Amino acid sequence: MGESNKKYAPDEQGYFGDFGGAFIPEMLHANVENIRQQYLDIIGDPSFKKEYDDLLKHYVGRPTPLYFAKRMSKEIGAQIYFKREDLCHTGAHKVNNTIGQILLAQRLNKKRIIAETGAGQHGVATATVCALMGLECIVYMGEVDIARQAPNVQRMKMLGATVRPALSGSRTLKDATNEAIRDWINNPTDTHYIIGSVVGPHPYPDMVARFQAVISEEMKWQMKEMTGNENPDYIVACVGGGSNAAGAFYHYLNDEDVKLVLVEAAGEGIHSGKSAATSILGSQGVIHGSMTLLMQDEYGQIVEPHSISAGLDYPGIGPLHAHLIKSGRAEVYAATDAQAIEAAYHLTKTEGIIPALETAHALAILKDMNLKEKDKVIVNLSGRGDKDLNTYMEYETKNISDE
Amino acid sequence: MTKTLILIWNTKPRISVMNRIKKLFAEKQEDVLNIYFTAGFPELHDTGTIIKTLDSAGVDLIELGMPYSDPLADGETIQRSSSIALKNGLQLDLLFDQVTETRKETEVPIMLMGYYNQIIQYGQDTFLDKCVSAGIDGLIIPDIPMDYYEEKVAKAIEDRGLSMTFLVTPETSDARIKQADALSSGFLYVVAQSSITGGTSDISDQQEAYFERLNKLDLQAPRLIGFGIHNKETFAKAAKKANGAIIGSAFIRMLEKDGIQGINNFVKSIKD
Repeated sequence: MGESNKKYAPDEQGYFGDFGGAFIPEMLHANVENIRQQYLDIIGDPSFKKEYDDLLKHYVGRPTPLYFAKRMSKEIGAQIYFKREDLCHTGAHKVNNTIGQILLAQRLNKKRIIAETGAGQHGVATATVCALMGLECIVYMGEVDIARQAPNVQRMKMLGATVRPALSGSRTLKDATNEAIRDWINNPTDTHYIIGSVVGPHPYPDMVARFQAVISEEMKWQMKEMTGNENPDYIVACVGGGSNAAGAFYHYLNDEDVKLVLVEAAGEGIHSGKSAATSILGSQGVIHGSMTLLMQDEYGQIVEPHSISAGLDYPGIGPLHAHLIKSGRAEVYAATDAQAIEAAYHLTKTEGIIPALETAHALAILKDMNLKEKDKVIVNLSGRGDKDLNTYMEYETKNISDE
Repeated sequence: MTKTLILIWNTKPRISVMNRIKKLFAEKQEDVLNIYFTAGFPELHDTGTIIKTLDSAGVDLIELGMPYSDPLADGETIQRSSSIALKNGLQLDLLFDQVTETRKETEVPIMLMGYYNQIIQYGQDTFLDKCVSAGIDGLIIPDIPMDYYEEKVAKAIEDRGLSMTFLVTPETSDARIKQADALSSGFLYVVAQSSITGGTSDISDQQEAYFERLNKLDLQAPRLIGFGIHNKETFAKAAKKANGAIIGSAFIRMLEKDGIQGINNFVKSIKD
């Protein structure tokens, strides 16, 4: 788990600069406050740390490899490394957080687990740890996402979770999050809400970042082993809420020589009206209990985002990232649906790795970064693409019929 | 000295009479009936008619919902009325116009209920000035944290003579109830059960015990009980344990079924 790092750590109230806090109705206060008071003690406890480390090693399969992508490097004209979070058990980085939070939930004596999911990766990772610990699991998922991520829905069901469709609003990740929050209000004593990203009220953004920090903790010693220097020149990660990016950046936040790059989903184009590029299209406000950047209209109504990638189809961004962007510490790019799919095909054919659609956004912008031959770039390969095969196949069929 | 005071008085939009919510509770401490509905629902321009009909039917206080895209604390009914109101084209400027017009014909206390993001985007000072000029008396913004409120919002609200209401729930600690009470200048909103809005069950012994606990805390603000209050029985039971109660979702459901014509009967069925 990450140690707090002064400049980019939240203050007592959970603010990263102007962003963060806990803007929640009173009905949520007791639960959130209970976690806030205890999370640092619980995750700092040696017995917690031992159980967490053991599970990450023997169950999740950590450390995940850092892989030097020779063919990709040659094509891009830079030294490209992949942090292989796609090789985690369940197929994405999400499980780092769910392992941490299920151990926390046990120590808080919670018997019932709820979660939201977009692409289904966090839902699967939550259903997995609930099966592992024998706890009841309810996953909220937008109706639209249930349709486009069918394999993950089946996995959650097989793991024993109840998948409840979110039928409100745009019926995607934002609405699944609303429904999970409402469930928590209705079940204030026995339930823990495992939020899947670095979003939500304090302490969630900090807590989830700490559980994902293992990614950059490993990157440091792996880079040192492979290159003699633990710092790359760039770290690139896709961002919806931003948990994989938070994990990949965490131990590098104070190493200002390491450039941090976030890649948002531009959907059908940043200004097409069908986009999820929050930092470009968004403004400051409150979403899901956090002061951050979000996509909204002049009256503060939250705008329905669009991305082909269910995991990035979110109108907000974690408050840490809002702060990194505003302070200039991180740079933001955006990749369209089409660019992401092309990048996924390209990675598959160049390196034999089928990436998740979310991850493909991070890959799509490498050629636009003006990298130099000697630049060392770590791309966080946050998830594998099995769940997206339908989308990939449809694209291929469409392209063939277009030709 | 007098001159300075007058100057200050004139620089800010202020209500010239006593805040209508304060006046209400100064005059009436029992069976206060507060009805919630969403502005712009069922039809865009129903807001004023509903307020006036509720007033003439004998409702004491009106809580006007500012429809929001993501109403976290609300159940299906208010989610639905909010989304219909937004589709109808209701937005805050229109809501202020509707209240301004209606205010010419009624003195019923009106509060706005909404989410903080709406106020942030409108601009806090602009929003509060508009509230005053439209004749709104108070606010319920359930997602403003109390500490944040004290630091960044309270003064702006107090300076304008508006009332503020905070929520407490069965899970709220005594110390925190006292903080919410001290910050509530309109009334304290006693959330009857640990849930989102829109419940339809009876009031349990456990809930009654919680209402009793509040009564023993020697609080300064009047108290209204809400969430799950949906008929004569639940209203009467709740009102007995506080200064009155709030009905929201049940009223919205009635509007969906019977429309504006049903208002008189509905209020009658609660009060008589």
